[in-house]
Amino acid sequence: MTNRVVLDPTSERQLATRELLARPKSIVDQTVGLLDISKARGDVFLTQLESRLVAAGAKVLRFRKPTFTKPAPVDLRHEIATKCTLVIEALAD
Amino acid sequence: MTALQNPLRDGWSLIVKRECATCAMIVPVIARLARELSALTVYTQDDPSFPEGVDSVDDSDLAASWHADIDTVPTLILRRDGAEVSRTAGWVRQEWRELTGIADLGADLPEFRPGCGSMSVDPDIVDKLRVRFGGEILHARKIEIADAEDEFEAMFARGYTDGLPVVPPTPERVMRMLAGTTRDPQEVVAIAPPDLVELTIEKIAINAVMAGCLPEYFPWVVAALEAICTDGFNMHGVLATTMPVGPVLVCNGPGTRKINMNSGVNALGQGNRANLTIGRAVQLTIRNVGGGRPGEVDRAAHGNPGKLSFCFAEDELGSPFTSLSVARGFDPSQNTVTAFTGEGPRCVVDQLARQPDQLAQTFAACLRTVHHPKLPFAFDAMLVIGPEHARVFAEAKWGRERLLTEINDRLQLPGSEIVRGAGGMAEGVQEAFKDAVLPKFRPGGLLLVHAGGSAGLFSAIIGGWASGALGSDPVTKVVSS
Repeated sequence: MTNRVVLDPTSERQLATRELLARPKSIVDQTVGLLDISKARGDVFLTQLESRLVAAGAKVLRFRKPTFTKPAPVDLRHEIATKCTLVIEALAD
Repeated sequence: MTALQNPLRDGWSLIVKRECATCAMIVPVIARLARELSALTVYTQDDPSFPEGVDSVDDSDLAASWHADIDTVPTLILRRDGAEVSRTAGWVRQEWRELTGIADLGADLPEFRPGCGSMSVDPDIVDKLRVRFGGEILHARKIEIADAEDEFEAMFARGYTDGLPVVPPTPERVMRMLAGTTRDPQEVVAIAPPDLVELTIEKIAINAVMAGCLPEYFPWVVAALEAICTDGFNMHGVLATTMPVGPVLVCNGPGTRKINMNSGVNALGQGNRANLTIGRAVQLTIRNVGGGRPGEVDRAAHGNPGKLSFCFAEDELGSPFTSLSVARGFDPSQNTVTAFTGEGPRCVVDQLARQPDQLAQTFAACLRTVHHPKLPFAFDAMLVIGPEHARVFAEAKWGRERLLTEINDRLQLPGSEIVRGAGGMAEGVQEAFKDAVLPKFRPGGLLLVHAGGSAGLFSAIIGGWASGALGSDPVTKVVSS
């Protein structure tokens, strides 16, 4: 019963750890991306958020995934990352 | 995997063991060969003092036997310029004479006597040899189990199981699994969701061992994973959805019968090793390699027991219908796996219908309820027709297309019945559709499979999930060795 060995069934990947960015002191002049994942009524929720964020002095950009069942396309993720300082994702109805 | 480092030299090589009666019988022949053939090397598997009087090479580690692919002793091999010219196994006098050029060799022996099994193919040790001589092809991290640790509990403790015990994937067992394919262990066959990691043959083999697969099942597991790890099938979404769905695997082709898959009594249930372990291996691979675990990316509100394993074969031989794979463009001789996103099966009872239109009406009424009787077009479904129901259509000469057309014709839903609020139910389509007629299923969204036991006027419905580009399309892959 010695030296029993099994092979690792997992991907063995090492996850990169990323530090969270510092929380902005103010929402004023921040560019907030609102990502609609294409679930029913997610747009209703995001429109409400948009009006509140704009009223608070933020600039808002709207984005939309083609379908909620798949990860956001890499180009969309890149666009959000380059254009926005903050992002809010509407997960579901 | 064998003959990578064949140690045999040019000239004659003879592999024997003392325990073999045929080897013992030919000791005088061996002695004569040793005298007359300078380029003879004798390898002994079990006792280096055998044969007496001959300077033999100790092959008790079976390295020469393994790399020379010996399955019988005695085996006599002739090599020239580093390549094998000829070999003979057992004692076949004429072949030995031709191979050695000695015309009167073994004149006092019988013409023929079969050999014995080589120790290098002994089932009790072949797995160890496979690791010893071919184990460098394994790249996975090795995890040592402590002496005091129960190996089955160790697999639970490390989070590798689906809630049931798994077979510990020792290198020996994984090497045996890899013998079920000709593909390179490091070949990347797919990108596994949700973590989007490269899925190698080796990692699939490890999980197939854990699931309890036999090596001959392995190509089916690989094909199923190739099917579900496509953008069309969208395994990421199938995992992440809150709906109770998972991959439902339908196997077609003559290979299903070779590996004794069940397409008959209790085809969708327990009891058949191939059905259960192929489906389980697929799920374990997604869990362990892809990282798809319940409560993490897997967000199912309820799930269903089929997410442990849901795999069965279509009963093709007893079917009056074109099979699922042929309907999807494959040849009947091809072995295929079709992956469909589905929930658990529900039973359709109609013990009275003897006319095909009556039974089509029953199917339509039951299929209408998939996920909700007022929700059209959004979900696919699979109808698994039992043999006694199929007979009704066979007698009326209704084939697959006719039956599907008849069912779909009966599932054109009037908007007035399915708008929100109709029938006292909030669920339904928007008011704008109240004057429209909407089909329950999109074109091609109803799949038909023939399976089940020969007694029982029943069929089964497997409800699907968000269909098409929005969610998942059924995907069929050919099983390749």
